Amino acid sequence: MEGSRLKELRSKKAFKAIQNKSGILLGLIILMAFFSIQANNFLSQRNLLNILLQSSISATVALGMTVVITGGGIDLSVGSVMAISSITAASFMAGGMHMALAIVLALLIAVCFGVVNGFIISRTTIAPFIVTLGMQSIARGIVYIICNGVPITQLPDEFHIFGGGKLADVIPLPVLFMLFFAVIAYITLHKSKFGRHVFAVGSNENTAYLSGVDVVKIKQCMYMLCSAFAAVAGIIYASRVISGQPNAGENYETDAIAATVIGGTSMAGGQGSIVGTVLGALIMGILSNGLNMLSINYYYQRIAIGIVIIGAVYLDSIRSKRR
Amino acid sequence: MELEQNRIILSAKNITKTYSGVKVLDDVCMDVRAGEVLALMGENGAGKSTLIKIITGVEKADAGEIVYMGRPLAIHRPADIYGKSIGIVHQEFNLLPELNVAQNLFIAREPLKKLGIVNEKLLTRKAREIMRKLEIDIDVEERVSRLSVAEQQLVEIAKSLSYDCRLLILDEPTAALAEKETEILFRVINSLKEQGVAIVLVSHRMSDIRRIVDRTTVLRDGRFIASHRLCETTEEQLTKEIVGRELTAYFPPKPEHKRIKPMLEVKNLSIKGVLHDISFTAYSGEILAIAGLMGSGRTELAHAIFGKLPADSGEVVVNGVSLKRRSPSRSIRNRLGYATEDRKKDGLMLNLDIQDNVVLSSYDKFIDRIGLVRERAAARATDEQMERLHVRATNRHQTVKYLSGGNQQKVVLAKWLCADVDVLIMDEPTRGIDIGAKIEIYHLIHQLVAKGVCVIFISSELPEIIGVSHRVLIMNKGRLVGDMDTDEDNLTQEMIYSYSAR
Repeated sequence: MEGSRLKELRSKKAFKAIQNKSGILLGLIILMAFFSIQANNFLSQRNLLNILLQSSISATVALGMTVVITGGGIDLSVGSVMAISSITAASFMAGGMHMALAIVLALLIAVCFGVVNGFIISRTTIAPFIVTLGMQSIARGIVYIICNGVPITQLPDEFHIFGGGKLADVIPLPVLFMLFFAVIAYITLHKSKFGRHVFAVGSNENTAYLSGVDVVKIKQCMYMLCSAFAAVAGIIYASRVISGQPNAGENYETDAIAATVIGGTSMAGGQGSIVGTVLGALIMGILSNGLNMLSINYYYQRIAIGIVIIGAVYLDSIRSKRR
Repeated sequence: MELEQNRIILSAKNITKTYSGVKVLDDVCMDVRAGEVLALMGENGAGKSTLIKIITGVEKADAGEIVYMGRPLAIHRPADIYGKSIGIVHQEFNLLPELNVAQNLFIAREPLKKLGIVNEKLLTRKAREIMRKLEIDIDVEERVSRLSVAEQQLVEIAKSLSYDCRLLILDEPTAALAEKETEILFRVINSLKEQGVAIVLVSHRMSDIRRIVDRTTVLRDGRFIASHRLCETTEEQLTKEIVGRELTAYFPPKPEHKRIKPMLEVKNLSIKGVLHDISFTAYSGEILAIAGLMGSGRTELAHAIFGKLPADSGEVVVNGVSLKRRSPSRSIRNRLGYATEDRKKDGLMLNLDIQDNVVLSSYDKFIDRIGLVRERAAARATDEQMERLHVRATNRHQTVKYLSGGNQQKVVLAKWLCADVDVLIMDEPTRGIDIGAKIEIYHLIHQLVAKGVCVIFISSELPEIIGVSHRVLIMNKGRLVGDMDTDEDNLTQEMIYSYSAR
């Protein structure tokens, strides 16, 4: 009896979760319908996989961004952290280091930037926006110093597998990586004690502190986690272009924030959804892919994306007011 | 001249105001005459602040009328009062901390040069003049954030006076002031009185009342009780009018209690300038109330025990364990909980649901080996607490923001029940909730002590303190000035009031 009631309530909760995302899902379907009518090849398997591939890297970055924004923060340094992992992995491999070791070391180095972000933000009163804006510039500068401003090429061929490989010759590996990390992010943010504490800190830091939440630790971990996702994205990026590009990841922070807020995560903190973020990243991907297929000028694409960001958040805000 | 002195400047007629179903003002009347100081008195929650908010246009009355200088007073936004020569000094300061004193005095009416540039020189000179006239010795070029609380209070007063007002309202102006600054304030008030200004003074301090007040008006539970000339009444009578309410039957009978097992021992707790050498012991199953006026250090004591506020010296022992380097999370781990005074500010996460709030302090009970939340156990525990506390909501996933005040307060308490605390400090747990919810909270306190929990109950409402507690500690200016057994010492509201308002 008790069990069936719980199950019923739980399915209600699951239903509510879908319902909460119904707006963005609807937007996604409308976009797809529109482009499939306008462009012949839009719904072809090849193009759909292409959209997934194109959104996968920014979606991976956006996963970490969602955790941080849910916790009431923001991380503007993710693009530069991507470049750090790209360039260090490339330079290690170019120097003859074993590929696996190079990747692990590059990831660790990139995560250090998140550790520093988290350390400063959790222990001082400097706003996260400022700290990570500064870190964005610092990390980018370090990248240029490492490679002297020149892309690092001539990497081992097998490195291309992460960004260019396909499962069963069909599904691009970056898409699988993205899905894998999305599941990890989902469990971390929505199912673990850590995740609940992230929501608590983002919702009301004072309450969280007075209820025994270790706010310093939560913030520290939040930024570490975010840079870890960015670092992984950086490796996949380098692998796709088989080189370490010093300008890798530029503007990825904006795309990640856009995907996050389109997905219904509130910039005010305390409200976030990994599923929403993945859908948000897909909307961004569909939009730019579809507009490309309609051969709409890149400049106009930027305008369209801007309108979608503002419109999506506006719609979400009036929906949540009505609730 | 005689006529001018007796002229009624402001008259509040039959004011009624309801907040979410609770009548906070019920047909209240008040007159203030030119050249007199009227003390507006009453316990916290009696409706004084609401009445003042209505006079100054912060709130709208549901019924009734404010007549000012013979005409209905029409104030559409708070800034309008300056144009009507009404000045107010709020309990909370309205100064801009990053501007200097002179800039604050002339905010929004700065003397300008050509092209709209502020004439800083003239501004500073005018500010100096004001301060000199009031004989207040504060550098007008000092940033407000660097002044002491008392100095800020004086700046606030100077700001109101600089508007040349006919009516000045002072909301507990001496609460933060030391002897000397109080003297300055009284001198200023006396000279304004001679100039024919009507002054409304909200104060709890009998010593203030004795010194400068001409007439008193007492409110209680949102109703007008009495108005007297000070010379025609006594302190005893006033106190009786203020607290006067019968101990109504709504307090459930207290559970029996014997002092056997110490649960919370506080030894020589001090914070410089805030708490002075506080020691007491509270026992398992005891309801220990802490009484005192606003600013007496009640809340600071709770914060220092819980670890929100670092203490300079002293020790806190919970159930035999001495808490070294206290912090909220360490206190909670040692089963000491603190339900805060302001549930919206730091008691709840308003945009999360009931379950998220209830289990926040006890996730360790609801996680598996790898740190994932066992949803079913957390849900069951939440349902259990909701049932126990009669939380009225559609289900545990309702967002807390949309609950009534009483139900929100129950969610706060549910969090601490869920955390299985041995000692629970409750800071004003019944503030702003209706009678029904209050009674439920009293019952809950009784349930807790029946299980051996020690409840520290902080409240501003004296009948509640007497009706609920076994023992009462009274605080005044950061010191413990009384420790009395509620029933054995036959404690009365008048006794508590006389200790805390001394």
